[in-house]
Amino acid sequence: MTNPSYATTLSQAGNAPFWRGLKLSDHLYALFILAVAGVVFQRYHAAMDVYEHAILAGSALSLVALGWFWKPVRLFFPLAGLLALGAVALYGDDLGRGQTAFWLKYVLASQSAAMWMCVLFFLATAIYWVGLLRRSNTADAIASGLTWAAAGAAVVWFFVRWYEGYLIGPDVGHVPVSNLYEVFIMFCFITAMMYLYYEQRFATRRMGAFVLLIISAAVGFILWYTFDRQAHEIQPLIPALQSWWMKIHVPANFVGYGAFAIAAMLGVAQLLAARGILKSHLPSYDILGEVMYKAIAVGFLFFTIATILGAMWAADAWGGYWSWDPKETWALIVWLNYAAWLHVRLVKGWRGDILAWWSVVGLLVTTFAFLGVNMFLSGLHSYGTL
Amino acid sequence: MRRLSFGRALYELLSSMRFAISLLTLLAIASIIGTVLQQNQPYTSYAVEFGDFWFRPFEWLGLYDVYHAGWFIIMLGFLVGSTSLCIYRHLPGILRDIRSYREQAALKSLRAMAHQQEIALQQPLEGALTQAEQWLTAQGYRHKRVVRDEGVMLAAKKGSLQRLGYLFAHAAIVVICIGGLLDGNLPLKLQSLLGIKEVETRNTVPVSEIGEKSKLTPSNLSFRGVIDMPEGETRDVAWLNAGPGYYVQELPFAIKLNKFHVEHYSTGQPKLFASDIEVTSKASGKVTKGTVKVNHPLIVDGVAIYQSSFGDGGSPLKLAVWDWLGAAPRPQELAAVSLASQAFRWGGQPLTLEFGELRPFNIENLEAEPEISDFGRRMQDARQVKADKKVKNVGPSIQFKVRDAQGQAVEYLNYLSPFEDGGRFYLMSGMRRTVAAPFAFVRIPLDAEFSPQGFMQISAVLHDPAAWPEIARRTAAKAERDGAISPAYRKEFEQSLVWVLQRFADGGFTALQSFLDERVPKDKQEAVGQTYIKLLQGAVLDAADLSRQRANLAPVEFNDSYYRFLMDSLVAVSASFDYGHGFYLQPVGFEERKSSGFQVTRSPGQPLVYLGSLLLVLGIFCMFYIRENRIWVWAQEGRLLLAFSSNRRDAQTEQEFAAHSAALSSLASTHKEEHHD
Ligand code: HEM
Repeated sequence: MTNPSYATTLSQAGNAPFWRGLKLSDHLYALFILAVAGVVFQRYHAAMDVYEHAILAGSALSLVALGWFWKPVRLFFPLAGLLALGAVALYGDDLGRGQTAFWLKYVLASQSAAMWMCVLFFLATAIYWVGLLRRSNTADAIASGLTWAAAGAAVVWFFVRWYEGYLIGPDVGHVPVSNLYEVFIMFCFITAMMYLYYEQRFATRRMGAFVLLIISAAVGFILWYTFDRQAHEIQPLIPALQSWWMKIHVPANFVGYGAFAIAAMLGVAQLLAARGILKSHLPSYDILGEVMYKAIAVGFLFFTIATILGAMWAADAWGGYWSWDPKETWALIVWLNYAAWLHVRLVKGWRGDILAWWSVVGLLVTTFAFLGVNMFLSGLHSYGTL
Repeated sequence: MRRLSFGRALYELLSSMRFAISLLTLLAIASIIGTVLQQNQPYTSYAVEFGDFWFRPFEWLGLYDVYHAGWFIIMLGFLVGSTSLCIYRHLPGILRDIRSYREQAALKSLRAMAHQQEIALQQPLEGALTQAEQWLTAQGYRHKRVVRDEGVMLAAKKGSLQRLGYLFAHAAIVVICIGGLLDGNLPLKLQSLLGIKEVETRNTVPVSEIGEKSKLTPSNLSFRGVIDMPEGETRDVAWLNAGPGYYVQELPFAIKLNKFHVEHYSTGQPKLFASDIEVTSKASGKVTKGTVKVNHPLIVDGVAIYQSSFGDGGSPLKLAVWDWLGAAPRPQELAAVSLASQAFRWGGQPLTLEFGELRPFNIENLEAEPEISDFGRRMQDARQVKADKKVKNVGPSIQFKVRDAQGQAVEYLNYLSPFEDGGRFYLMSGMRRTVAAPFAFVRIPLDAEFSPQGFMQISAVLHDPAAWPEIARRTAAKAERDGAISPAYRKEFEQSLVWVLQRFADGGFTALQSFLDERVPKDKQEAVGQTYIKLLQGAVLDAADLSRQRANLAPVEFNDSYYRFLMDSLVAVSASFDYGHGFYLQPVGFEERKSSGFQVTRSPGQPLVYLGSLLLVLGIFCMFYIRENRIWVWAQEGRLLLAFSSNRRDAQTEQEFAAHSAALSSLASTHKEEHHD
């Protein structure tokens, strides 16, 4: 097998201390992130409690680690961050400028950025399909670029929306991970980023057509939610959500959901390939299976963490770390499902269509846990009703 | 085939992965039941839902509290047992494996491995071995060199933590389940099975009358109960829901609620729920003061106190009793307390007033449903994150039932603040006869003094048969003066007026309508109906004048606003016939007294659960992200064998093997300066 990216990871990962492999650019990036975190701390520390200080420090360190682990984000985050800063500067302290300043109105205001994200994801999906059907590397490269841009729009959306919340009212502003609309954008972002990582890691862009389908479905939901339900309006936090646990529980969950979604779409690709459909267009059956496994492994780890964080939050909010609330229970079901999946693959050595089917079903179960519970069952989760 | 003893076979089964996976599947399915069927509801609502036939078997199956049902706990027990056995079974091997370098591996088995390669050695043995050792160290391997008959063996390994991961993750399951069991109600369940404890099912008994069997002492290891209390009061017991009834948990302290706070955002959403409490330890008398907020419990003596709900705590109310029919010039005053019942006499009839909750705010969204607007408008909306919601606080309200001696009740919802519509003001009163029905609202128009007085006077006159001829006389005189009727017709006109007034006093517009339906031919109904309305509209003016005259008040100058007041009065009088009772209770004042609901929990298993969680995350991380690799380099003059194994067989395995094989080939073939890359 000749897989250049593997060779590089090996030489980096294999040699004992990883920091020997770090280059000047890595250090500059780390310095930059830490400096930004420092400025944020210096300006806003009074408004944050000690947990939020910890979250800030943790986020900065995670960003550094992520950049060292996966080089492209060293450029991605600073660029997207700069755009967001530009938007903040354009706003000043007048929310009304969102409708008057050209750059805000058409590009950088959070809702404009969200619309750009939607459009870019749709375009990327279409072009990935062109690339897949025509086996065109150029189309794939363009689609990949569009996906990056869409993810960038999501980052801009995130920070700008955060800021806009405070412009509406100092008691209204909060980090935008507090309702279904906000977490759907987060889902699109995380899924896209994870996919882009695998694309580079496995040096193939031919999985994008499938993965981007599920992102497009989420984008479709976002559009419906925005236009039909005005769900994009910033609402203040009700007391149950005023907790710093929310700020880590929710994102951790979405790494899980995103990973499971990727795994399911690769499962679909595998099942098609096994029936000779698009077989010669897709990466090999085994590569698909391996990426699927990798995705589920990451997803399982983060989902475990998220569930534990949820339990800790519940211990603060509801008076018990586990109440068998429907949402909790379904999280457990999802978790048990993937634990079984991992057992049969790793311990029993299963491979093939059955795991692919299983991961597709797994996504259905996950989707029910994520949306269905809110729609059909009642419980303590005041969060994210449709 | 070897015969297994029963015990051995059971051990193998219980510790097998197949068993574990079946168990996980069963647990998942059982859990689903509990999410579909709402758990821990009052038993009466289950009885209503399922009917008598199914209620009992479902109760017996524990479906109303699946997660604490015996069979569910037993399954959890099996999970703990099976996982423990599984650890017990694998642990020795794993520990041996972690320690060992497997340096005794036979050449034959190395040669049989999937990743192995023979390399010609063109270097002196010792130099090559040293270089190989350096390579392995640089790659993060630990190694051992042994000299064997046939040559020298370098056995190396890396990533032993991967195997520990298994231990961590599976021990975590056991630890978490044990922690959970500690906090569960298993001991209580056992005690109730053995008859030592018994749930209390009577709903309204004072704590002092509850039997010892239904009380739990403060030494109870773990509990999760609720307390509801009004401001200013003190409680030292909590209520534990259990199946058809409850237990009373005595607390090691007494909680006094000093004040409950609610704050709202400008958009009407709640912003803060917080209780200022004072906790006095029974043992030491130590007083702990604190504020409990949602997400911010207060922990005293190992018991955590959480804000969980709030409501009205029984607030003193002031009400004005208006008589729809009577001519009382002033309303009676009535003092009451919300959430309490009191006796009340009306028209000689004994009634009970059952007051419900006082709601000091009623935030309503006055935004009309967004009509389907054009695309441009929607685009505009989608760009803005700030919505201009039209929310309004419509002020305090009180809900109450009026129950008669037969037990029949009518429920009312009365608002304190006037409601404005098109420049006119009304008092809103909702009424319904069944809990499931929506309230039907009557709008009581307010007079120029902002009081229902003016309306009530009109209502009294309209209901007074003695007043009808006088009203009719005045209206007819006016009509004749205006030339609307001829003098010959006047008598007849007066009679019609009295008749219409009488009919109206019988049942409002509805009574007139039913008369039309019964007595008037279909094609004439419309015209006759119009006539009745006109007659009433004329008469109400004189009724109002008469009512003011009786109250020794000057007549009001007629204008548009007064006319609308009169029309509204007609509508309200008409509605009063369906109002259920002949009086209207107008809320005129209150003194709010809130109540706060707490959860109090003691959960000694919590640290264990958290420890287990930590182990779980560590374990999963180690299992997935650490690769356990082994390398054997067996060397003899002129020959070198490289064998490689990894716990994961994937593309990376191939890559790693290729890298090792390239490195060893290169150091075997030429003598090179030592170098680092
Ligand atoms: C909720 C319960 C459980 C969870 C979440 C869980 C999770 C896992 C995971 C993620 C692995 C990773 C496999 C690998 O990296 O090779 C694993 C391995 C394994 N599990 Fe479980 N497990 C659970 C219960 C059990 C039980 C009850 C058994 C007992 C029969 C069991 C037996 C095993 C075995 C034998 C392995 C392979 C260990 C090795 O050799 O590396 N598991 N488990």
